[in-house]
Order: sequence, then C-alpha cells, then structure tokens
Amino acid sequence: MVIDAQPVLDRKAVRAVARETRRNENEVQKRLTSKGATIAAIIIAFVWTIPTFGLLVTSFRPGADSTTSGWWTIFVNPNFTLENYGEALNSGGTALTLGDSFLNSLAIAIPATLIPIAIATLAAYAFAWIPFWGRSAVFVFVFALQIVPIQMALVPLLSLFSKGLTINGVGIFPGFTLRDADHSFATVWIAHAVFAMPLAIFLLHNFIAEIPSELIEAARVDGAGHGQIFFRIILPLSMPAIASFAIFQFIWVWNDLLVATIFAPSSSLPLTQTLNSLSGSWGDKWYLQSAGAFISIIVPLIVFFSLQRFFVRGLLAGATKG
Amino acid sequence: MGKPKRMLIPLAVVGIVGLALTGCTDSASTGGSSSRTIQVSGGITGDEATKLQQTFDKFTKETGTKVKYTGDKGFEGNIVTKVSGGSAPDIAIVPQPGLLKTLVGTDDVVKPSSTVESNVEKYWSSSWKGYGSIDGTFYAAPMLANVKGYVWYSPAQFKEWGVSVPKTYADLLSLTKTIRDKTGQAPWCAGFASGDASGWPGTDWIEDLVLRQAGPDTYDDWVSGKVKFTDQPIADAFDSVGKILLDPDYVNAGFGDVKSINSTAFADVAAKVADGSCAMTHQASFLSSNFLTVKNKDGKTPTIAPDGDVYAFLLPGVTEGSSSVEAGGEFVASFSKDASVQKLQEWMTTPEFADTRVKLGGVISANNGADASLASSQFLTDAMKTLQDKDTVSRFDASDLMPATVGSGSFWKGMVNWVDGTPTEQVLSAIQAGYNN
Repeated sequence: MVIDAQPVLDRKAVRAVARETRRNENEVQKRLTSKGATIAAIIIAFVWTIPTFGLLVTSFRPGADSTTSGWWTIFVNPNFTLENYGEALNSGGTALTLGDSFLNSLAIAIPATLIPIAIATLAAYAFAWIPFWGRSAVFVFVFALQIVPIQMALVPLLSLFSKGLTINGVGIFPGFTLRDADHSFATVWIAHAVFAMPLAIFLLHNFIAEIPSELIEAARVDGAGHGQIFFRIILPLSMPAIASFAIFQFIWVWNDLLVATIFAPSSSLPLTQTLNSLSGSWGDKWYLQSAGAFISIIVPLIVFFSLQRFFVRGLLAGATKG
Repeated sequence: MGKPKRMLIPLAVVGIVGLALTGCTDSASTGGSSSRTIQVSGGITGDEATKLQQTFDKFTKETGTKVKYTGDKGFEGNIVTKVSGGSAPDIAIVPQPGLLKTLVGTDDVVKPSSTVESNVEKYWSSSWKGYGSIDGTFYAAPMLANVKGYVWYSPAQFKEWGVSVPKTYADLLSLTKTIRDKTGQAPWCAGFASGDASGWPGTDWIEDLVLRQAGPDTYDDWVSGKVKFTDQPIADAFDSVGKILLDPDYVNAGFGDVKSINSTAFADVAAKVADGSCAMTHQASFLSSNFLTVKNKDGKTPTIAPDGDVYAFLLPGVTEGSSSVEAGGEFVASFSKDASVQKLQEWMTTPEFADTRVKLGGVISANNGADASLASSQFLTDAMKTLQDKDTVSRFDASDLMPATVGSGSFWKGMVNWVDGTPTEQVLSAIQAGYNN
C-alpha cells in the first residue's frame, strides 16, 4: 500500500515535533554514550565475566594445582595443561564417557527442538486462522498448562511410558519397553516435546496471529488451501519467531538434566548427566567439571550465534509492501 | 527454491517420530530374551564407577550375562521417581537404609533369594543384615563399606613434634593443646560444605562421640528416636566435639576461623593435611582417595603410610582399648524376578565379588570372607580388618538411618548453624523438631 495523497498538516508543528524528537534522541544518545556509562558497562561486563574466566583458567590448570590454590595464582605461577580436557572426554564418571554423551545430547536436543516446533506451528496456525467452536477457551487451556510444574508430571508420564494405559480393562496404549533398547531416544523426545508445547504454541500463536489478514485473504482468493497458506505464507513469515523459540528450546533441552535422567535409558544419557557425575563419588575430581563445562558450552554458543540474527531481523517488516 | 526445503523439515520430523515409534514397538516384542543386559544403577560415580563396572565384567566373563552400571549423582532423588514411574533398574545400589525403606514402601522391591540371605548371614555380622532389613524382612544385601571416624594426620609431623597417636579422647584433647602450643597455629581443619548436603561431615563427628561416650545401646535408641536430641547424652557429644570445633584456637587450620568450616568443601581439607598446614582432620576412610589428587610439601603425591606423609587413626574412645566404629555402606536392592538378576545378586554377596572389587582399589568391604590384604593400601587393609573383626562394635551411620527430615534435613542444617554460633541448646531443639516435619 502506497499512500499518494499528502495529508494537510501544520508544517510548523511538524517541524517542532521533529526538532523535539531529534533533541530527545541526541539527549538519549549522549546519556547512553557518556564516558561514565561506558566505564560502568565495561566494569559490569568484567565483573560478570570473572567467574566464567576463572572456570576457563581452572579447566587448563593441573588438577593438583587447582585443589591447593586459587585460579588467580596463575598470574604469578603459570602452569597449563590440556590433560583435564583429555581426561574429561574419556572418563565421564558413569557408564558413558563425556564424548559418548556429547553425541547423545545432540541426538536428544535436535529432534526435541524440531518436534515441538513442527507441531506447535501447526497448532498455532489453527488457533490463529481457523475459526472453530471454543477456540479461545482451548487456547487459554493449552497455555494454562504452562503452570503445571514438570516435576509433577514426571511420575505419571514415566508410568504411561513404562506401564502403558489401560482403562476398564481396555488397552489404550501398550507402553514402550525400552530398557533393553540401546540408544533409544523416543521417550526423551516425547517428554521434551510435551513439556515444551504450551509455551511454543503460545509464542508462535501470538506471532502468527499478527500476520496481516490481507495476506491470508489474498492467498485464499488465489485459491490456496490451508496447506498452501501454511507452508507458503505462514511458515516463511514466522521464521523469526520459530528461530527464536528454537534457540530457547534447544538451549533448554541441551542444559536439561532432570527430564533426560528420568526418561532416557542408561545408554542414551546426555552430556549434563555425565558432567554432573564427572567429579566422582567423593568430589575429588571436581576440576574435571570445569573442562567438561567448556566442552558443553560450545554447542549452545554455536546455536546462539548462528541463529541470533533472527532476533534482530524482522522478516515481516517488508512483507506487506505494495 | 527455499520454500520446498522448508516444507521438508516438518515432513522429515514426522518421519523421524514415526520411525522412532515403530522402533519402540519392535523392541517391545523382542524384549525379555535371556541374553538381556542387567541394568544396575547407583550413586557411585567417577573412578569408582569404572572400577565397579570392571568388577561386573568379571561376572559377565563367568556367566555370559552382560551387566551395565549407570552412576548418577542425583540417584537418591531420581530412583524414587523412576521406581514409582515403573521404570526401575534391575538392581539399585542404595547408599542409605532410610532410602531403602522408601523404596520398599513402593512394593516394587523384590525379595532376594534364600542363597543371598544365607550368604549375608554367613559373611556379615547380624547388625549388617539388620540394616538391609525393613520391619524384620530382609530385602537388601550389603555391598561395600567405609569406616567413619578416622582422624587423618601427618606421621612425619607427629614425629617432628615428638607426639604420638592418642589412646583416649582426653589424650586427643591434650594432644591438640600440645600441637597448638608447639606450632602456635590451629591443629584442626574441617569442612562442612557439600552443596545441598552441607553439614553431614559434622553429623559424623557427633555420631562418633555418641557411640563412644554413651555406648552402642544409647546410640541405637537415639537412631530409633527413643533418645531425643535434647537429651543429655547427645548434648554431651555436642559439647565434646565443641571442645575442638568451636574453639577458635584449634580450628580452622589453613582456612580461617571457626565459621570458615561452613564455607570449606569437605574434600578440600585433604590438600591442607597433605601439605602440612593442617595437623589433623576428622573424616571417613574414603578420604584416602582424595589424597591421590593433591600434593605434599615437596609437590609430590603424598604417601599414605604409618611413616609417610599422611595416615589416620580411629577416633579414640573414652577409655583405652575400646573399639567401636561407625560405618557406612551400600545395599543391593533388586527390582526384577529374572533368574539372571538373582544370580548377579547372589554373586555380589560372595567373597569373590568383594575380593575383585577391593583389589581394584580405593574401597573396603565388611564381608568376613573377603581377603583384607587385597586392599590397595596398608590403611585400607587395617580399616577392613577393623570392620571384619568380631570384637569391633560397629554401628551404621545414624543420620542415614534416621527419617530423612532429620537425618538428611534438620541434623545437617543444625550442624551448620551450630558452627555459625547458634547455642547448642537451640540447635538441639531445632534438630529434634525435624521429627515433626
């Protein structure tokens, strides 16, 4: 839509408003870029980074040094080694080594991100653009599920998986027998997908509902069905929302310990579980955890930096131009 | 070209889920075959988990049944969820009788075979069998053990100062004073910090003193709740421990003042004992493994020997020669009626299992049939002999036997507050109040 007709305006007032705006902008810019603010920001950034930096230094120090002196002593007595990384990757502390469980974590986190997105975009589209009876009530109900704590759902869900569901002697769902299946991730994927669904649907619904109805109507006029509208319009346009939720969900799943510990069979346990056990029964090898933590950080960092542009770039901004 | 690709993602996902679900139903139909892997889980992690797995590998070699051990630091909380959800492992290695009671309460624990029971009667003292029994029914055989109540010290330094290992608790106090006078520094170090479990090293101190001063009968009554925390024997134990731990002249060597006990991690004291800055610390036999990762004065790994860099003596009793020790250990509970699981359970009660595991190092067993000389150090051999000795009065860690709201709740918190300066009387009534939660 291009508006050709210039509206009649009080030019003086417009100029005054523009001047005022510019002045305010300059003022804000000046305030935000003042030396004091810059110094404060640097100090805050520095202070916030210290613990992580200390962890990084510890991960490169020999274990015997770490147990006797603080990491800051490296400045006077530098002594570095890669041993911690080698030992962390190869020991692990449970049946799996950290290396094995690193792969497990990827195998858990990627599908556990894609599955809820696939289902939630479909559901969000339906809630936003398909009118049906009780739509708002169902939507509110789905979002309200968000307040159910995960811990409460663990035992019922686990028992559904392992014992199945039988109502009045009628077998509804037989349950999985996964104890003996090596490297099976299905239960963890389903659990993560289930727990992520309310928030995913809510976030994506809010975004998809904002898509201008002209676009959808234009597509309908051109003969597009729900499938085409969803795949050709909704999905491409909601990429920023999908990507930001994907980052959210991926990092949550990657860092999750509880859900995986409860649902994963022992050969499919993720990185967090091995990392947690790395220090040993009596905590005497805690310094290995610093190395393990940095191995674990790599993936979320890659995900965040490769998807962060979606946070910034608003695809929708140019979508409705005439 | 971008759009068809985007269509592919959800389709691919649907495909993956479909495949995964088919996979599940497939395995459901083939499950239960005789060549299955026995799943064992427990709270043992790190090197000890690797060694335990190696021990099970011997069983695999002999019988052909695969055994897989999975360690989990949060085992104590997670196992209850897993069992209630119907996803229990075949065998759980339970570190506390209190937890065993919770698990038996779910009705999922399978009673061990009569061979297991007769082995336990044969190789363990009756009190050990009692810890694996709930309301008189035997459920779980003991596995490994550790002896609490050791005082770790430096034999080299003791020689230098011309002092010897004390024979009574009064001797220990005068030794403390002697060292303080000679060095001008605090002789003791202690660390109570242990994450959510902070305070437990303090409970061991108190338990040791209750057992030694008031005797095993009072100790048993205390565990069962008949003797209250507010009663005199318990208050006496707190006072005796306080003579060391609350005296700013005597603690906290290498770390700071009395309050620094709470901020010191329990395992960190090993480094200070090894390098000579702390003369004595009170901790269980497992601390010997912590000395393997620290350094002595000369920057080398300390030797654990009666004439080496570090060694330990049992916290002495009130009178000379009395030997009562507090022990800890794990129990083997089964959740499967499978014959191969029962066989493994039986094997774990044999001296062969204990010997295999003890030989790999770092641990001891209370199994009378096991060979103590196989332990990885002189110290562990001595500790194991102490446990196997029929004359030793041994009692299980009281805080592990008490209800969780006290044993791993108010008792732990009480120790932390006590060190922080809360008066003993107040601490004791607060711990006792844990029984009402």
